[in-house]
Amino acid sequence: MQIPIEYYLILSAFMFTIGIVGVLTRRNAIVVFMCIELMLNSANLTLITYSSYLGDVAGQLFVFFVMSVAAAEAAVGLAIIIAIYRNKLTVNIDEINILKW
Amino acid sequence: MTLEVLLFIIFATICAVSAVLMITRPNPVISALFLVLNFASLAGLYLILNAQFIAVAQVIVYAGAIMVFFLFVIMLLNPEKEKKFFEQKTKLRIFVIAIVALILIQIVYIISLSNPSGIITREVARSVETGTVENIGREMFTNYVLPFEAAGYLLLSATIGAMVLAKKKFE
Repeated sequence: MQIPIEYYLILSAFMFTIGIVGVLTRRNAIVVFMCIELMLNSANLTLITYSSYLGDVAGQLFVFFVMSVAAAEAAVGLAIIIAIYRNKLTVNIDEINILKW
Repeated sequence: MTLEVLLFIIFATICAVSAVLMITRPNPVISALFLVLNFASLAGLYLILNAQFIAVAQVIVYAGAIMVFFLFVIMLLNPEKEKKFFEQKTKLRIFVIAIVALILIQIVYIISLSNPSGIITREVARSVETGTVENIGREMFTNYVLPFEAAGYLLLSATIGAMVLAKKKFE
């Protein structure tokens, strides 16, 4: 029996929505960042699924580039978090509100 | 029930449960470890989908490098317990969960309405051939060589940017 493609897509959608819940409810900047990684990975799962089911290599290449962009994003984002922590001694995003009007 | 279906059920369950546990644990170190578990089971799902190279890259890059980096930063910062922020805003939490559940229902409805498994069926031989290192490497260094170089420059600039951002301020 072959696994229907819907199962993978629904799992990916579920992971993406869990990531959204995490971004909106958590108050620790690092955990918010990890939730963004989770959302990126759910998109990767969709790309791999279609790549495998259609027999097209483009989806897997795109996942490779998404991984490199995610690595760059994690490096810069965590450096920003360290810089903020050095200035304000907190990573709670409710207290980091200098850009909030 | 074939082995493929059994493995899919196991990995998908681990994936979903570890994602939920990740956003509900108050301690960020434990959330990071659950995220590692999630990435590892995603690598298993990629193997079921015959994407061998991406599965290995997932384990090395995501579960290895990026999550070790996250754990380093968590240990470095020693953030306070955020339990009090987590429990105070019950209304916000209920609101967010309701909205997001609505979005999830919409997505699932659209997926099941469009019925992709009726249109797309997997040819196993072709799918196996797609995910090999040989095939990906050939495609990457012929048709996608410019994005590959761009990704290299992006990583270089991100490295320099991270060093500049995280170093101590000049007096």
